[in-house]
Amino acid sequence: MRQFFVFARKEFYHIFRDRRTLLILFGMPIVQVIIFGFAITNEIKNADIAVLDQSKDHYSARLIQKLTAGSYFRIDRNLQTPKTIEAAFREGRIKMAVVIPPRFGQDFFHLRKAQVQLLADAGDPNTATTLVNYARAIIGNYQQELNGPAALPLTINTTVRMQYNPALKSVFLFVPGVMTLILLLVSAMMTSITIAREKELGTMEILLVSPLPPHLIVMGKVVPYIVLSFINALVILAMGVWIFGMPVKGSVVLLLAECVLFVLTSLGLGILISTVTDKQQTAMMASMMGLLMPTVLLSGFIFPVESMPKPLQWLSNIMPAKWFIIILKDIMLKGSGLREVWPQTLLLTGMTIFFIVLSIRKFKIRLS
Amino acid sequence: MQPIVTNALTKKFGSFIATNAITFEVKQGEIFGFLGANGAGKTTAMRMLCGLLRPSSGTAKVAGYDVYTQADKVKQNIGYMSQRFSLYEDLKVKENIRFYGGIYGLRNGEIKEKTERLLQKLGMEAEADQLVSALPLGWKQKLAFSVAILHDPSIVFLDEPTGGVDPVTRRQFWDLIYEAANRGVTVFVTTHYMDEAEYCDRVSIMVDGRIQALDTPRQLKAQFGAESMDDVFLQLARGK
Repeated sequence: MRQFFVFARKEFYHIFRDRRTLLILFGMPIVQVIIFGFAITNEIKNADIAVLDQSKDHYSARLIQKLTAGSYFRIDRNLQTPKTIEAAFREGRIKMAVVIPPRFGQDFFHLRKAQVQLLADAGDPNTATTLVNYARAIIGNYQQELNGPAALPLTINTTVRMQYNPALKSVFLFVPGVMTLILLLVSAMMTSITIAREKELGTMEILLVSPLPPHLIVMGKVVPYIVLSFINALVILAMGVWIFGMPVKGSVVLLLAECVLFVLTSLGLGILISTVTDKQQTAMMASMMGLLMPTVLLSGFIFPVESMPKPLQWLSNIMPAKWFIIILKDIMLKGSGLREVWPQTLLLTGMTIFFIVLSIRKFKIRLS
Repeated sequence: MQPIVTNALTKKFGSFIATNAITFEVKQGEIFGFLGANGAGKTTAMRMLCGLLRPSSGTAKVAGYDVYTQADKVKQNIGYMSQRFSLYEDLKVKENIRFYGGIYGLRNGEIKEKTERLLQKLGMEAEADQLVSALPLGWKQKLAFSVAILHDPSIVFLDEPTGGVDPVTRRQFWDLIYEAANRGVTVFVTTHYMDEAEYCDRVSIMVDGRIQALDTPRQLKAQFGAESMDDVFLQLARGK
């Protein structure tokens, strides 16, 4: 145990004396969160919409008025027939169309159920979701207002159709994505580089000749990064929550436990990379090309998995990041507990064990 | 008991025989030079003796322990310094000493005491809190050697320890080696420099995986009718 602490302390010296490492460890997460946070902003101002009011009664007029009362929506045009909707979208000015069917008011009070259809241009999936969510919130408010304090069970159903990109399900919320990316980067890339560095400098040989058992060498290298990754996860979460208003509906403890699990997965991958390379440069390239790129492209972080070709969808299943992002989103946004996310957690645990066992075995083989 | 005893020690990589049935003994407190051209099998042999590489066949005992079954014991009892620096450049002199002492299981009190003695001996008290990267090459090597024998091993393996330094510094480095040998530490050293070969008690010369000659430098020169170790080496390496 003493040997382990001696080793870990040495590792912290390395980390805190290397400006580049420090920058990657602590500068990058903050910068990434800010860039992604502001680039993918959720603020919508004066989005142009088209309205097809087939009801033309008092209630539908008030609904339209409600929609445009805030600074979110601006009516670009009023449509007369459903056929013109498509053309309006094609012109490219409007981002959303609101369709109010005939007899809107009547349905609401007599059938206790009315329909509103929202059509959004999901060519830009983010904006589309945001617009729809805003519109839904406004319609929901309107419904409550109509119901009054009596809270009659009257409802307006909004049906949503995402034009051009129906598979909008995994439109990303950047916090889970950035968190995944950073944890992967810090854990996998940094550990593979630090192990490769010992090889490059020749100090690994000295460690191997010493009575330190191989698993202690690996642990000594890796544990400091587990600690730092965890701190990073906390920082990103805090920024997400306080700067960008990201909700955390589920258990924070579960969320952090899942983070630790994913850190372990990444570390396993990092050690695996370091066993096949002797140079820091190679380790870095391997982590970038072999881990980061596929993760960014295939995990559903930026491009929805559902709209990928089948082979890529299949490939995305072996990305640990995909499952981690699902877990994060479920816990943060849906408030899921372990009862809901256990399949993904189990899968991730399995991958973690596989990578760690494989990497430690490979590490041993390298000795002989 | 001899510190190093090997019998027909062999290492094959596929069909390539890196070390071909080498048999030799090293005596306690001896400075044993291990010479050979690049690729002659020196490093492979040394790695087997350090427990880093498993031999294909033959036997070897280091510090009385079998390299097959007691590699852990072997590691505990040897020191090792490689041609590349064994020290961490971004750690201070003191921190390096503390690190190596720590991984060999020395207690804090012991490390402290040894650190003081070591720095005093090398005349480096003033540099204790400097980063190793700031030291001149010769100092780094002396420090690396001192660190390699910090845990009082009975044998120390030096893999081309003086690569790239001037003759004066090399000479100073050898003073340290002599001193260790006088205290009973067995020194096993590989080198390219033939003047260093002259400093050794006995020298073995490897050619193509085999030990072609093994004796004191004086005897070897007489045997080959050579003026210097350089000549001996060239005669052997060229093959008669």
